[in-house]
Amino acid sequence: MNIDSLLKSLEAFEFATAIREGEVLFPWLESIHVLAIVLVVGSIAIVDLRLLGWASRDRPVGTLTAEVLPITWMAFVVALITGALMFCAKAMIYGHNTYFLLKMGFLVLAGCNMLFFNRFSHKNVGTWGAPGSAVPQAAKVAGGLSLLLWVFIVVFGRWIGFTT
Amino acid sequence: MTIKQTLNSVCVWIDSTALSQAIQNAPWVVPTVQTVHILAIAALMASMLMINLRLAGVVGRDQPLARVSGRFSPVIWWMLPLLLISGIFLIIGEPARALKNNIFQIKMLLVISAIFVTWFATSPLKKSPAHWDSRAGLATLVALISVSLWVAIIFAGRWIAYF
Repeated sequence: MNIDSLLKSLEAFEFATAIREGEVLFPWLESIHVLAIVLVVGSIAIVDLRLLGWASRDRPVGTLTAEVLPITWMAFVVALITGALMFCAKAMIYGHNTYFLLKMGFLVLAGCNMLFFNRFSHKNVGTWGAPGSAVPQAAKVAGGLSLLLWVFIVVFGRWIGFTT
Repeated sequence: MTIKQTLNSVCVWIDSTALSQAIQNAPWVVPTVQTVHILAIAALMASMLMINLRLAGVVGRDQPLARVSGRFSPVIWWMLPLLLISGIFLIIGEPARALKNNIFQIKMLLVISAIFVTWFATSPLKKSPAHWDSRAGLATLVALISVSLWVAIIFAGRWIAYF
């Protein structure tokens, strides 16, 4: 099965057709998607800036991630669902859009960055995460990378709207 | 002249300015400024949510509200001018799309209301950090109104494109 026939079969789903042909479903999905992604990027930036040592330095890293990351994850799930629905509605268009593919690529990179951080740096967060303690270099790099990747994800996301 | 005619001529005038023409002739400007606008609203929304979740007593109760507000309110007050400037750029680029749009007009009313509610919630904390401690019910209500207004602003922003 080649990619195009897969994309076309996604578009053929009843819900995908309804989103594509309806007047209001698409803008509603877009609005929820924007709200969700804004919360993902804004909340993850709070953690990233703490890792970089630029903000929230009086708050233990572990405490901060425990209160902020649930917001990030909830918003991410919403962004994923609304994004997937919009993708199915216009799968052929998005599947061949460079900015969409770049956005997905950078999402994967952001995910890998997070996995590395969780696997290696976050484990001893109790030791280095206290206010006044030095953040390890690897964690700082993870924070900086995360911030940069998410900014690019927003950039590509906005450009999709101007190229489809 | 009626308000509608005035608005029309304002749009025509903005459209004819050199800046508006420059924005219209450079296709990368609008998406770039929109991206800045979205990143600024991301910073504002996350900060707003942290303050309001603490105000409602949902998250971060181990630290005083005044401290949460002291950390996150400045982000809101710094992002607002950035949003205003980027927003004005977008209006200059496409004046009729924004100014004559009912959703845009509603969005502006929502923005004014949201700024007022945010100010109402955070400004007393500078002089009396315990201001909301004895008013838990009202605090939760204010937090709920604030979050709803900011969420409505995001929705209105996206819907401008469809009206």
